[in-house]
Amino acid sequence: MDVLQLAISGLANGCVYGLIALGFVLIYKATEAVNFAQGDFMMLGAFITLGLTNAEFMGLPFWIAVPIAIAIMAAFGYLLDMLVLRRMFGQSQIAVVMLTIALGFVLRFVAGTIWGHEPKSLESPIAGLDVRFGGLVLGLDEISVIIVTVLLTIVLYLYFNRTKLGIAMQAASQNQLAAYYMGIPVKRVHSMIWALAGAVAAIAGVLFASKGSIDPSTGLLGIKAFAAAVIGGFGSLPGALLGGVIVGLIEPFASYYIAAGYSQVMPYLLLFLILVFRPHGILAQIHRKKV
Amino acid sequence: MTAPARMSEPMPQGGEPLLAVKNLESYYGPIMAIRGVSLEVRQGQIVTVLGANGAGKTTLLKTISGVMNPQKGQVLYAGGDIAGWEPDHVVRTGIVHVPEGREVFPLLTVEENLRMGAFVRNDREGVRRDEEMVYSYFPILAERRRQAAGTMSGGQQQMLAIGRGLMAKPKLMLLDEPSLGLSPLLVKEIFAIIRRLNREQGVTMMLVEQNARVALEVADYGYVMELGRIVMDDTAPRLLMSKDVQEFYLGVQEQTQRGQKRWKQRKTWR
Ligand SMILES: Nc1ncnc2c1ncn2[C@@H]1O[C@H](COP(=O)(O)OP(=O)(O)OP(=O)(O)O)[C@@H](O)[C@H]1O
Ligand SMILES: [Mg+2]
Repeated sequence: MDVLQLAISGLANGCVYGLIALGFVLIYKATEAVNFAQGDFMMLGAFITLGLTNAEFMGLPFWIAVPIAIAIMAAFGYLLDMLVLRRMFGQSQIAVVMLTIALGFVLRFVAGTIWGHEPKSLESPIAGLDVRFGGLVLGLDEISVIIVTVLLTIVLYLYFNRTKLGIAMQAASQNQLAAYYMGIPVKRVHSMIWALAGAVAAIAGVLFASKGSIDPSTGLLGIKAFAAAVIGGFGSLPGALLGGVIVGLIEPFASYYIAAGYSQVMPYLLLFLILVFRPHGILAQIHRKKV
Repeated sequence: MTAPARMSEPMPQGGEPLLAVKNLESYYGPIMAIRGVSLEVRQGQIVTVLGANGAGKTTLLKTISGVMNPQKGQVLYAGGDIAGWEPDHVVRTGIVHVPEGREVFPLLTVEENLRMGAFVRNDREGVRRDEEMVYSYFPILAERRRQAAGTMSGGQQQMLAIGRGLMAKPKLMLLDEPSLGLSPLLVKEIFAIIRRLNREQGVTMMLVEQNARVALEVADYGYVMELGRIVMDDTAPRLLMSKDVQEFYLGVQEQTQRGQKRWKQRKTWR
């Protein structure tokens, strides 16, 4: 197999990991909690799209199903924070972490009950098509994943650096108390960040499901994305994407050059090395949070 | 010189009361941090609240700005009781709290910090004008407008914290220990600007300080707090002359755990 093709398919997977890692980091930066259901959010977003668009279910056009799924996942994130997590305010972050782990189990169970436990393919217009550049044959699905991730990164960058609400989200995560003093509605901002994490997860889910089949336990690849977030320096948004891309790139090359069984360990070996030699991650932000 | 006035003495001259706090009580869990505080801040004045570590000064400001909820009492402002309101509502009514220890947004630039000060405002033109106004009072902030706030010196961060507060277009500014950790020269500079802001921009100030001398030099009226209560109040010149206050801030200088020079209180008030 061609090295370039390996790289493209690794990059495409890496983008999905990166987007899930982005969700981890968004929520961690704002609330100091880790949402271990982030991978399951992705799975749920993919299944909602599948349920809306696949012929055996609702059969809506793909381009209508996707925005609806994104909106549903955003609403899910917002309401989860507003109705459940806000009530846990003042409890230790471990309580929130446990809750998200439990939530992951529930989501997998619910998805299995509604859509079945068999692997399913999303009927996506980008699935299974090829594009040719000279002699090179690349999957349209993989190219689309990369392009959409780049676009989404640009949109998020502009949002966080150019809009008042985006800067306020940064402000609230840098110094929550000062944000209160300035009249920033911190609680609502937290809910909006959960909504954003839900929306990004849904996009990641659609992209992932366009490249292959999904089943309710697909969300467990959130563990890899978590490793990616740590590699990138938990707390840095560009770092999360970079970490995702690194993990994504390592995988296909490891399985190509290294015996199966060892190759799957490579992302975690990298995680281990990073934690030992660069414990704050690759793109660590050197700043300690105030109280 | 007459003995220091008690609360029954005639109220300070000046404008109408802009803020009146009545019998305010606030708790941290079971601990009562302020115990029935009453005071008034008149329109256009600088009113200072003095007191030693742990007297409850910060708690009082937090209760006024809505970051803490009082158990009892009233916060009368512009005709209504705002006790227990959410901080974003309080900011919208024109009260802004410049917190102790600056509390800037460390990774945001100076400019972004200032814009966050104007979060509750929607008048873009006015916000831009006020940004220029802030830069005219603190030229160093204009020079550093693209610098991350966390990389600036303590004095510059204090200027930024005040500037950020001004961006909310406040009628009343609650200033918590702006002199904390600054050199005497910087303290002088910042207090001169506080006074100018009060005179030129018409911002009424409620100034909490441990540094009694500088505070009383700029203030019109002062209250002294001790263990959660107001124990003395009078016009600033009279407080400056008062034996008790003199004893307070001419007492033994001592290093506190915060590492700054503090005036040790030798005796209790009154
Ligand atoms: N977060 C808190 N939890 C519990 N008790 C607190 C808390 N913050 C302050 N206190 C207590 O409340 C009392 C008043 O504290 P406050 O911070 O209002 O004092 P202060 O006058 O501002 O002191 P300083 O000059 O040191 O800033 C103190 O006894 C303090 O120990
Ligand atoms: Mg204080």
